[in-house]
This record gives sequence, structure tokens and C-alpha cells, in this order.
Amino acid sequence: MAESLFRTGPLDGWAGRFAELPDSVTIMAEPFHAMVDVRLAPDGTGRPAPGLPGSVAAAVGTTPPEPGTWTDGEQAAAIWLGPDEWLVTSPFTPPAELEAAVRGPGGAAVDVSAQRTTIRLRGAHARDVLETGCAIDLHPRSFPAGAAAVTTLGQAGVVLLALDGAGTDYRILVRSSFAGYLAEWLIDAATEFRT
Amino acid sequence: MSRVDGYGTRIDRSRTLRFTFDGREYTGHAGDTLASALLANGVHRVSTSVDLGRPRGIVAAWSEDPSGLVQVEEPFPEPMLPATTIELTDGLVARGLPGRGRLAEVPDTARYDRKHTHCDVLVVGAGPAGLLAARTAARRGERVVLVDDRPAAGGSLLGTERICGRAALEFVADTLVELHANPDVVHLQRTTAFGHYDDGFVLALERRTDHLGADAPRNVSRQRVHRIRAARVVVATGAHERPIVVEDNDRPGIMLAGAARDLLHRHGVLAGREIVVFTSDDAAYDAAADLAKAGARVTLLDARDGVPAAGARRCAEQGVTVRTGAVVTGTRGTEHVTHAVVGGEELPCDLLLLSGGWNPVAHLVSHIRGTLAYDPALGAFRPGEPADDTAGDGVTAVGAANGTLDLAGCLAEGAGERAQPVERTPTKVLWRTDGDPTRQFVDLQRDATVADIARAVGAGMRSVEHVKRYTTIGTAHDQGKTSGVIASGITAELLGVPIESLGTTTFRPPYTPVAFAALAGRERGRLFDPARTTVLHPWHEDAGAVFEDVGQWKRPRYYPRPRETGGIEDMDAAVLRECAAVRGGVGILDGSTLGKIDVQGPDAGAFLDMIYTNVMSGLKPGKVRYGVMCGLDGMVIDDGTVLRIDPERFCVYTTTGGAAPILDHMEEWLQTEWPHLRVHLTSVTEQWATFPVVGPRSRDVIGAFAPDVDVSVEAFPFMSWLDTHVDGIPVRLARISFSGELAWEVSVDGWHARAVWERLVALGGQYGITPYGTETMHVLRAEKGYPIIGQDTDGTVTPQDLGMAWAVSRKKPDFLGKRSFSRSSNLDPLRKQLVGLLPLDPDLKLPEGAQVVELTDALPPPPVPMLGHVTSSYRSAALGRTFALALVKGGHARIGERLTVPVGGALVPVEVTGSVLVDPEGTRRDG
Repeated sequence: MAESLFRTGPLDGWAGRFAELPDSVTIMAEPFHAMVDVRLAPDGTGRPAPGLPGSVAAAVGTTPPEPGTWTDGEQAAAIWLGPDEWLVTSPFTPPAELEAAVRGPGGAAVDVSAQRTTIRLRGAHARDVLETGCAIDLHPRSFPAGAAAVTTLGQAGVVLLALDGAGTDYRILVRSSFAGYLAEWLIDAATEFRT
Repeated sequence: MSRVDGYGTRIDRSRTLRFTFDGREYTGHAGDTLASALLANGVHRVSTSVDLGRPRGIVAAWSEDPSGLVQVEEPFPEPMLPATTIELTDGLVARGLPGRGRLAEVPDTARYDRKHTHCDVLVVGAGPAGLLAARTAARRGERVVLVDDRPAAGGSLLGTERICGRAALEFVADTLVELHANPDVVHLQRTTAFGHYDDGFVLALERRTDHLGADAPRNVSRQRVHRIRAARVVVATGAHERPIVVEDNDRPGIMLAGAARDLLHRHGVLAGREIVVFTSDDAAYDAAADLAKAGARVTLLDARDGVPAAGARRCAEQGVTVRTGAVVTGTRGTEHVTHAVVGGEELPCDLLLLSGGWNPVAHLVSHIRGTLAYDPALGAFRPGEPADDTAGDGVTAVGAANGTLDLAGCLAEGAGERAQPVERTPTKVLWRTDGDPTRQFVDLQRDATVADIARAVGAGMRSVEHVKRYTTIGTAHDQGKTSGVIASGITAELLGVPIESLGTTTFRPPYTPVAFAALAGRERGRLFDPARTTVLHPWHEDAGAVFEDVGQWKRPRYYPRPRETGGIEDMDAAVLRECAAVRGGVGILDGSTLGKIDVQGPDAGAFLDMIYTNVMSGLKPGKVRYGVMCGLDGMVIDDGTVLRIDPERFCVYTTTGGAAPILDHMEEWLQTEWPHLRVHLTSVTEQWATFPVVGPRSRDVIGAFAPDVDVSVEAFPFMSWLDTHVDGIPVRLARISFSGELAWEVSVDGWHARAVWERLVALGGQYGITPYGTETMHVLRAEKGYPIIGQDTDGTVTPQDLGMAWAVSRKKPDFLGKRSFSRSSNLDPLRKQLVGLLPLDPDLKLPEGAQVVELTDALPPPPVPMLGHVTSSYRSAALGRTFALALVKGGHARIGERLTVPVGGALVPVEVTGSVLVDPEGTRRDG
């Protein structure tokens, strides 16, 4: 057989342009995080589900996130996406294993590992860059470490995670097809901070 | 020169700047505005008026100026800017503008952007009231945004005042030091809050680099729109002085009293040496005294009989002649005012100052429908009491914006306290004096006069909104900052009603003009609209693909190759080659943009039975079914294939454009109408890359690609699918055909998409595998009569119109659109139906969109009865000729008939056929 089937990320080939950014706005692609969308069975009354079952959280080694937050475990992270929806992510566990681990009775678990890709945005001006295109309040009082939001950045829908309480470290989960646009957008937004 | 020593807190006399106005070179100082620099050089006449061509000059000192518009030519062309708001920079080139400007003819390379800011308190205006409001909130620990439209904080403070025993400007500086030390305070000068919307949303424009001139950094946005969301908004926007309308009040050298005082203190410009001040208010006394002290001869005429004691004393000290009960009724002069007419007397002057009181700048209250109430003591409209204010509790006006004109009162209100009442001689409300109404200008920019208002009233108008639109008063760049209330007052006088019964016109955003470039921000060029790409995009680029926009996606349209005769294939040649390669061998398409929705849950089958017109619940795992979705009106909204994964799970394919709207459509029905259904929907559009491998040799390619899979027709029949592994990577193979050829769709997760694509291309090499684009896909599907939803349909087409009655279940009790199929109009045999058209000339390709009419060799006179239109039209390699699809009235019954398609001046005869033109028997499907 020919060479084995290699993996490709939507931001392959961008490292050179990311490297030109100033220290106050750094961008790094974090491809190939397994991601599984977890839904809970509605009970037929339209009421939201009570929360990510502890068993699911335990299976991936984290605690269930409260609304508007995400929790980080050793092997996986869990992100609150909506009243009955979570995204479980892991840079370590392969997608199929992660899907199997979170699949419980009822509800749904869907491997969406390639649906989005992850961008790490760090630096003293990281929050400034986001504030040029994200309407939610990113002040650490409102969006502290551990906060998660499904929002819009520029014209791309994203899942935004705060990694610190200083506005200097974020993960941005973006639809793979929008990754190139968003990378271009972020680089452009950092123009002001080039020296 | 009009510059006087000892004045000019805002200018730096050690820095001289050169500028050009109307072709002449002048100098000014850093800190000047173009207006102050012009006046310093004795230039009063800025332009001529838009309609009448009358000379015009500077009237006010800031953005309320109705008159002195200029066109900036350098550093970058920009029209319609008030000279009063342009900060002087070295090398500035401008010229006076008679009303209309000129947009730049060269691309604007400056950056523009926006920023989102949230706060507890937004304070608009950094005058004494605003500074106190910001400081008070900041000291409470609140997040504060303080914006002010001038170059420096201080608002109306001129430097002569004292606050808390200190010079006012020292107080301002100290307050700013305190605010700037607080990380939760954002302070922006040169920032105009131009729009106030519901729930504390305020838009503000920051001018970031213009004042830096040639030193402006290129990587910083020139202007920024701040999108501010505030829990509370404090409006501390001050007040605009109101002129008194007199005959010939528009000559250069006639301005507002406060403006002349401003120019003196801020810029050291004494705008006249022989000054007449005409007032009905106290504030002009300070202006008169200050101007006299700076060296002018000043006569003050007060329309009132009583005079304010303190003001009169100051004026007496400076030698100002004060006359009471005196009114100006006209002016003399041509290019410049030379006399003020007072009764029968003509007082010589080179500057006439008008002061009729002060209008609170309540625009930001009015924008959100806050009430403005007439205050007879002010002769002006001011924000209503918060208790009865529709603007809500979150909005407060303080200081002069609230009608509180004394400094102590402003400071108190800024700090959240009540202002103590002060002694002042009531303003005499005097909108105009006697004179010729055709020369009494109300709106200088619009050349609109008292006579125009009289004409509006004479025409029967009673509402100030109607008068505004009839006369155009208040519709210019300044939006009537100085003319609006006067127009109300004069209208009230003419109607003989109190002004409070008329009110004033509603202020609407923007407060000052905002360039479209600023609103567009960074959403230009490559960032105008996101370009969505599949993970194979770099491969397509390397292969020379020509891309087409499909929604936001960039899809390869065709892959032109070099021609043997030199050059590159055009689209027709490339598509004919690609089509022939597919039908004669094998081709491969990047179909990854197709929408994909994972449908999971015990009721998934029941749910899809409602969504699709045909039955999906009966589909067996491992099988594929084509389905059509309709709206409630029975019209087709999308189509695609459905794979049943297991009893409780389906994978639904939508069209590329349908991915997001169809998911929304399904979620809406699920959440609002059928919440009892145990179903979850998840978009997996970008999780899965999908590559149709199409053509008689596709079996060979798939067989080589997945050697563990039996690809024989018996083991792997049409419309079935299976999961397998290739090199340990999960791959899904499905026998689906959008061309009528033997075909597989290969689906793989996005991570491995490029590797699988390259593997397929490599393995197909020996069979001549040809990558093909959307254009070839369209031709191949059209040859088989497969419609493209959105191209061959337009929201008025039913499945039956498409010849797809077979896809509409007669057994299901209900599904979306079912009821509409029994409407009489949906049963009309003359509905437009999808048919094929063959031009009798096999080389003539009909234009898409062309109309179809009855067969004729001469068109009847219009209106020509239309039978329908061409929806798709191509050149077919398989047919060796052109063909088209069309929606034609009663089309199915017309098969075999001839019709006419007018193309340009020609009448093209065509034959109506069934929509399936290639392999109608379906013999090619299984290879």
C-alpha cells in the first residue's frame, strides 16, 4: 500500500504568518482535538436537561460545567454549549474512543472532531483583538478563567474559552471551513499591535 | 492677523503648521482648528451658500456650525467637513464648499475598525458635569467609559473659571490623572457618541489619527466605531448657543457669542476688533467683557429691559457699551459684515455676535424616544424628568444638557446631586426680529428662511416634522443643531400657538455625519464576507481550479488544462472534456460542501417522515433514499439523500446552500411543534468530507481503494452504503449517483480528507481519473433531469412540477406541505413544469433566464404571453449538442411540441422533451 493516510488541518500552512505576529498577540493552531457533541434526551416537556451527567463527566475525567463555563480535566475538557448540549474535547483521546466514552443511554453523542478546529490566542493584547469583533463582555469580571461562550467573532461563529483571568489566553473553536477566514481576520486585527 | 497674546490655552505657539485654503498658503499653530487658523489669518469667508451663492463664514466653534463646510483635499479627499472640527495639521489642503462635496476618486487605504466595550456607566461629554459623573462612578468601583468629541477634555471650560479653589484646567488635568490610573475607566477624546439605541447601546466614532497628520501610524485605524453597551448612560453633552434670526444674518463675520469667546480663549483668536453683541440672555455679557479685555471695542445690545447685575458690572469694567431694549434688525456688508442695523441706526462692526440663549444638547435622550419638555425660562427644550421619561431609568442628563447652565450646578449634577438654584435674568425668548423674511436665514446650510416656514404654514402644515421636510430646515450635515428649535419657535409664532404645543423635531442618529468607511470597518476586501473553503482547497488551487462562489463557499467550478494549441482551456472546453471523462471513464468531485445533519433518537424516523414528502422511517439500515422537503405551501425547499445508520440514527444530506437553513428549519419544527419527539440534530457538514467517484471505471477505483469491500453490483447495490476501514481510517462508501453513471460517494472525516482524496486520485490514475468541478456536475445532472433546488426551482415549484410525484407519499397521514398539495392551484394542469428543451440548432446554447413563448416567427405586440423560462442550459458532450431545462406552463403535456425562445433579436425554435435526456432507461447506473 502507498504511504499511510496522513492528517491535514485547515490551518496547515499558516504557521509562517502566525510567526510574524508580535508577542502581544500570538496565534497557534491546535489541530486534531477530538470533539464529541453530547445531547441529553429531552423529557418531552420541553424542560432543559438537568446537566451533564456526572457519569459522562467522570468518564472523561472532568467535572460537569455550569452554564457559560467549561471544565478541564487531565484527559478531556467539557464545554457547556446550551441547556441540553455539551462539547467534550480531548487532545489525547482518539475521536472514536471519546465518542464511545460519552455515549450514554438516551440522548445523542456525535463525533464532530473535524467540524471545528482550535486556535489558541495569547498575549497582552489578546482581549483587545477579540473586542474588535466579539460583542460579548470579555472583561475578566464577566468572562473569567473557565468561561465559555458560543458567540460570533468577526463574521464567524465560534466557541470562545477563557483560559486565564487576565484576558491574555483564549481558545477559539471555529468551524473548519471558516478557519482560514478567521485566521486572516485575527492577523488583520493584530495589525495595530505590530511594532 | 487676529491672534492676540496672552490667550490660547489649546494652541502651541512654538509649533507653526503650514496649510492651504482655496489655493492660498497660510500658517497656524498646533492646536488650531482649520476654522480658528483661518480666522487668525483674517479669513472669515469660507464659502458660498448652496442655492443662493451668498458668502458664508464661520458661525459656531464646533460641530454645531451650520455654515463653514470645506472639502479636504490633502492628506486624503473628504467632503462636507465643518472647518470648525478639523484639527490643523501640517500640509492640510482644503477649500470652501458651496454645499456639495466630492468623494475621493482614489481608494482609501486607511484602516477603519470597531471595538465592543461594556461598562456600568457611559458618560458622554468630558465637561465639568461629565468629569464629575465619571469620577463619581469610578470611585464607586464601577466600570466607566467617558467619551468626548473635542480634542481635549474640559467641555465648555475656557480656563478662566475656578473649581474648588483651583484653576479649572488644573482640576480637569487632576481628574483625568485619577481616571487614567483606574484600569476600569476607558477615556476617549475625539470620540463622538453619535447614536443611542435601546438597552444602553451607544455607537461612538473615535477619530484616532487625523490630528497626527503625516505622523499618523499606518497600522492604527484612522477611525473606530465603538459599540458601547452600558447599564447606565449619563448624557453630559452640554448646550448649543442659539442665534437670533435677523435680516441678512448670514454674512461672514456674524457668529455666536460663545463661539467668539471660545476662539479667544482656546485659540487666542480675536475674531473682530469692532464688535456688536446682540443678546437676550446673560451669557453674552461674559463674551462681551472677555473680548473687550482682549482689545476689541464692544457694544452690547440686550433685547431685554433689565440687565444682569454681575454681567453689566464686568462689561462696565472692560469698557463695553451696554444698551438695553435694543434689537438688531439687519446687517450691511457684502463679503463681510460692516454694520449692524439697530432701528434707524447703522452701527459699524467687523464682527456681529448673536446670542438668543442655550439649547441643551439632548440628542442622545431623544434618540431613544426620551421626552423633551419646553422650559420657558430657558426658551429651550430639555430632557423630561426621569420619572415620566420614556427613555427609562438608565439614562440621565446632567449639566447644560439638562438645562443647568451655571458651573456649580453642572458640577453638582455631575456628582449626582441637585443643582442649587441660581440668580439669573430670564432669557427673553426671541426667535427673530422684524425684517424681510426672505433674507432672514433659519438654516444657513439649506438657505432656508423665515419665508420658507411661512410658505409651509401657508400650505397648511401644522407639525414641525412636516415643516422640517417641506423647508429642509434641519436636514443638512448639522441636522439643525442651531436652527431646529428656532424653526419650531417661528412656526409657533406664525400659527399663533405656544411652542410647547408644537414641540421640536425628533433627533435621530447620527449626531454628526459618519463616513461609510467607518461603518464598514474592516469588512472590506478579503474580510468583506467569509470565504469558506474545504480542507482540499490548497489541492484545488494547485490543480489550477477556477473557483465559483456557492453561498460563502469557494468551490472548484472547473479545472482548465493547457491546450495543445497553446493557452488554457476555456470553461466550455474544460467542461466538455470533464463530462466526457466522467461518462467515458471516471471522475472525482469535492462534494464536501454538501450539508450533513446527524439525526439521532428513538423518534428519528417519525421526525424525518414529517420533514420529507416521502417515507424515511421504512428505510433499512445500510440503505440510502433520495428525499424532497417542502415548506408548508407545498413548494420544494431542499432535496438530498438520507442514509440510515441504525434504527435510531440517520445521516441527512442537504444541498450546499441548504445546510444551515434546513438545520434551522428542522430545529424549529422540532422545538416548537414536536417537542415530544425524542430526536437530536447535529450538524456534521464539516466533520465529513464527501467525494463522489463517478463513471464506468469507478468500480475499479473503489475496488482498489477499499480492497476489503466487495464492490460487485450484487454485493453493493445502488442506494446502499457501508462503513469500512482503509489503512485503519474509518471510511463510508455509498452508491449514490447524481449523474446516472455508476458512482460511489466516499466519505471520510475531515482530518483525513486530503489523504483519501490524494489516494483516490493516485489509484484512479491508470483509469484516467479526472477531477471535475461544479459546472460539469451541473451538466451531468441536467442531462439526467435532476433539478438543482434554487436554480431550477424558485420557491413556487412543487415536487409534482418537477415530475417527482413518485417522491410524494400517498400513504403518510401527514408531512410538511401535504395539505397544500390538494389546493386547487397546486392541481392546476397549467402550472409550470420542468421539461427539457432542445434548440433546433444543436449548436445554439440558450441563455439561462430566457423566456419561453408559443411557437412563432413574429412576436405579437407586447405584452407577449409568457409560457415560462429557461432554468439551466448547457453544451452536452454525451448528446453532442446543446440542451436546456425549463419551467413551462403545462410543460409535461407539451412534450413533443415546438416553442420559441426569443434570444436577443432572434426567435429560436426549440423542441420540448422530457427532462431526462441521457440514458432514460437507467442502464448506466450499475456499470
